[in-house]
Amino acid sequence: MSINLTIIEKYLRENKILPTVWCPGCGIGLVLKAVLGAIDELNLNKNDIAMVSGIGCAGRMPVYVDFDTLHTTHGRALSFATGIKLAKPKMNVIVIMGDGDAVAIGGNHFIHTSRRNIELTAIVINNFIYGLTGGQFSPATPLDSLATTSPYGNIDQPFDICRLGEMAGASFVARSTVYHLKELQKFIKLALQKEGFSIVEALSNCHINYGKRNNLSKPIDMFNWFKNNTTLKDEEGKIKRGIFADKNIPGYYKQYQELIKRAKLCQR
Amino acid sequence: MKEEYIFLSGNEACAEAAIKANLGFFAGYPITPSTEIAEILAERLPSQNKIFIQMEDEIASLAAVIGASIGGLKAMTATSGPGFSLMQEHIGFAVMAEISCVIVNVQRLGPSTGQPTSPSQGDVMQARWGTHGDHPIIALSPSSVKEVFDLTIQAFNLSEKYRIPVILLMDEVVAHMREKLKISTHDIRIYERKKVKLTQNEEYYPYKNEVSKVPALALFGEGYRFHITGLIHDQAGFPTLRIDEINDWQDRIFGKIENNLDEIIQYEEEDLEDAETVIISYGISVRSAQAAKNIARENGKKVGLIKLLTIWPFAEELIKKVSKKVKKIIMPELNRGQLVLEVERNACFGGAQVIRINRLDGKLISPKAILDKI
Ligand SMILES: Cc1ncc(C[n+]2csc(CCOP(=O)(O)OP(=O)(O)O)c2C)c(N)n1
Ligand code: SF4
Repeated sequence: MSINLTIIEKYLRENKILPTVWCPGCGIGLVLKAVLGAIDELNLNKNDIAMVSGIGCAGRMPVYVDFDTLHTTHGRALSFATGIKLAKPKMNVIVIMGDGDAVAIGGNHFIHTSRRNIELTAIVINNFIYGLTGGQFSPATPLDSLATTSPYGNIDQPFDICRLGEMAGASFVARSTVYHLKELQKFIKLALQKEGFSIVEALSNCHINYGKRNNLSKPIDMFNWFKNNTTLKDEEGKIKRGIFADKNIPGYYKQYQELIKRAKLCQR
Repeated sequence: MKEEYIFLSGNEACAEAAIKANLGFFAGYPITPSTEIAEILAERLPSQNKIFIQMEDEIASLAAVIGASIGGLKAMTATSGPGFSLMQEHIGFAVMAEISCVIVNVQRLGPSTGQPTSPSQGDVMQARWGTHGDHPIIALSPSSVKEVFDLTIQAFNLSEKYRIPVILLMDEVVAHMREKLKISTHDIRIYERKKVKLTQNEEYYPYKNEVSKVPALALFGEGYRFHITGLIHDQAGFPTLRIDEINDWQDRIFGKIENNLDEIIQYEEEDLEDAETVIISYGISVRSAQAAKNIARENGKKVGLIKLLTIWPFAEELIKKVSKKVKKIIMPELNRGQLVLEVERNACFGGAQVIRINRLDGKLISPKAILDKI
C-alpha cells in the first residue's frame, strides 16, 4: 500500500519515522495511515490534537506523530485521556489501544468511559492477541485459536468489542479492518466528528504472533481472511463490519457545563 | 491582615486547603475514612468552574488526575489503604513522567480491608516504596487539623515546584477530629506552576538535563507537541536505551529532591536544648508524645520532642545530629515499627539508645505508655 508523502511530512515527527518498532507488514501502520488520513480530511489543527495510548504494540503509535502525545500504562489510557479532556476541552483527544489494553486490563475503564460518554475518540486495534508480549491469548482471541498460553486451543469466549461499547453507552461505535482501509478511514472521520465517546474497532494483522500459529503467517493471508470473513451485511459465521451505534446524546463535558450552572444556582 | 477562624475536621481542612491552593481537578473513588474530602469537593468545585469526577476505581482516579495535571490543572485524589494500594502503579508513572499531583491517603488499619474506621500509621513504608523501582518521593504527615491545612497547601507547592507526586499521609483520627483553625491569608503562600520560557529558536525539552533543576512542563494544547511516557526517556521525552542518557536522567530526578532537602524537609523541635531524652514522632502519635513530654518536664525530666512533618525524604542529618546529643530516643508509632527503622539507621552514628513503642490494634498510644519508657 502506498503511503501519501504529504501526510508523512505533515503529521509524523521528523526524526522518529524509521525504523518503527513494528514488525514489517504489521497492520498498526495501516491504522496509523487511516487515522492521519481522517485528521487530514477534517483539517484539524495539530496543536489541538492529543494522542494518548496504553501499553502494547498499538500503544507505541504516539511516538511517531507530531501532536501532544502521552504513552500511559497498560489498560488505563482512557482514564488519563479523561483527565486531559476535562482540563483541555477544546482538544481532540484520540486514544489508541490494543485489544488486551482496551478490554482485558482496561475493560472496566472501557465500559465506564462508554457509560460516561465523554468526548474522546477511541481506536481499538484488535489483532486478536497480545502482540508485544509475544502472542498470549486476549479477550478478543477467537475460540480454538492457538496462542502461547492456549497451546491446546483457546476455550475463553471472546468479547464483541463493538457490542460491549454500544451496550455500555458510547455514542458512536463502528468496526472495519486494515484490509478495508478506506472504510476504516471513513469511520474514524465520523468518529472524530461525533459528540460524546466514539469507538472504532480496527481489525488488524499480527501475522507474527497471531497469524503464525493459526495458518495465517503472512500479512496477505490475514488480509484475505479479513476479506472473506467479514461483512457489512448480516451473514452467519462472519464478523460484522459497519456502524453499530450512532446516537445523538450529550457528552460528559457538555453535561458538566450544565452541572456547573446548577451548582451556581444552588450556591447563590 | 485578614483572619478567619473556623472549626473543622481534618478531612474538611484538607478540602478547604486544596481549594485555597487553587485545586482545579479532583478525581476519586469513595472509601472510609477519606470520603468526606470527595463529598466536600463534589459540592464546592463545580460552582467555581472546577472539576470533580467520581471514577470507577482508584486506578482510574489517579490516571485522570495525572491527565488533568498534564492539561494544566492542579489535581488531587484522596483515598485510604485499599485504594492507595491500587494507586501504586500510577504513583510510579507520575514520578517517571514528572507530573505534579497530590495523593491523600487517610491511613486505616490494614492490611486488606482491615478495620476501616480505625487509625493506623501502617502505610509509611508503602508511601516510600509502594510503587516498583527505585524512585524519589515526598510524603508529609500532619498531626493536627491546622497542620492538615498547612501541609495540604505545602503538598501542592512542593508537587508543582519539583514535578513529583506528593503524598499526604493522614490517619483516621486526624481526619475526623475537630479543632479550631485560624487561617490568616497572609501566611498562605501558593506556588504556581512555572511557565515554559524559550528564547528564539530554542527547542523545548520537557526533561532538560540540568542537575538539580526542574524543567518547566508545557501544557498539552499549547503548541509544543511533545511526548510523555512511562518509559525511561531522553531530554525530549522519547524512550531511550542509551546508558549515558539513562544515567543523566537518574541523576536529575534523584538530584532535584536530594539537593533541595533543606527546603523539602520540615520538622519542629520542642525543648531540645538540654534534653537527655527525645521523643521523635509524626502524625497523630505526636499528640501523645507532646503530652508525655510536658508531663515529664513538669516532673523535672529533661525530655524534648521532634515532630517530623516531612517523613519522606527522611530527615537523616537531623537524627544523626540529635543522636550525638541525647542518650535516649523514643519513637511511638501506630505500626510494628516502620519509620523507626530510619531513626535507628541514623541514630547509630551518635550512639543514642532507640526505644520503640508500637501499637496496631486500632487504638492510640497513650501518653502514659510513653512516660513509662522515659
Ligand atoms: C500492568 C501490566 N501488566 C502486564 C503488562 C505486560 N504487557 C505489555 S503489553 C501487553 C499486552 C499487549 O497486547 P494488546 O493490548 O492486545 O496490544 P498489542 O501489543 O497486541 O498491540 C501486556 C500483557 C504491562 N505492561 N503492565
Ligand atoms: S508483534 Fe504483531 S502487532 Fe506487534 S508489531 Fe509485530 S506484527 Fe505488529
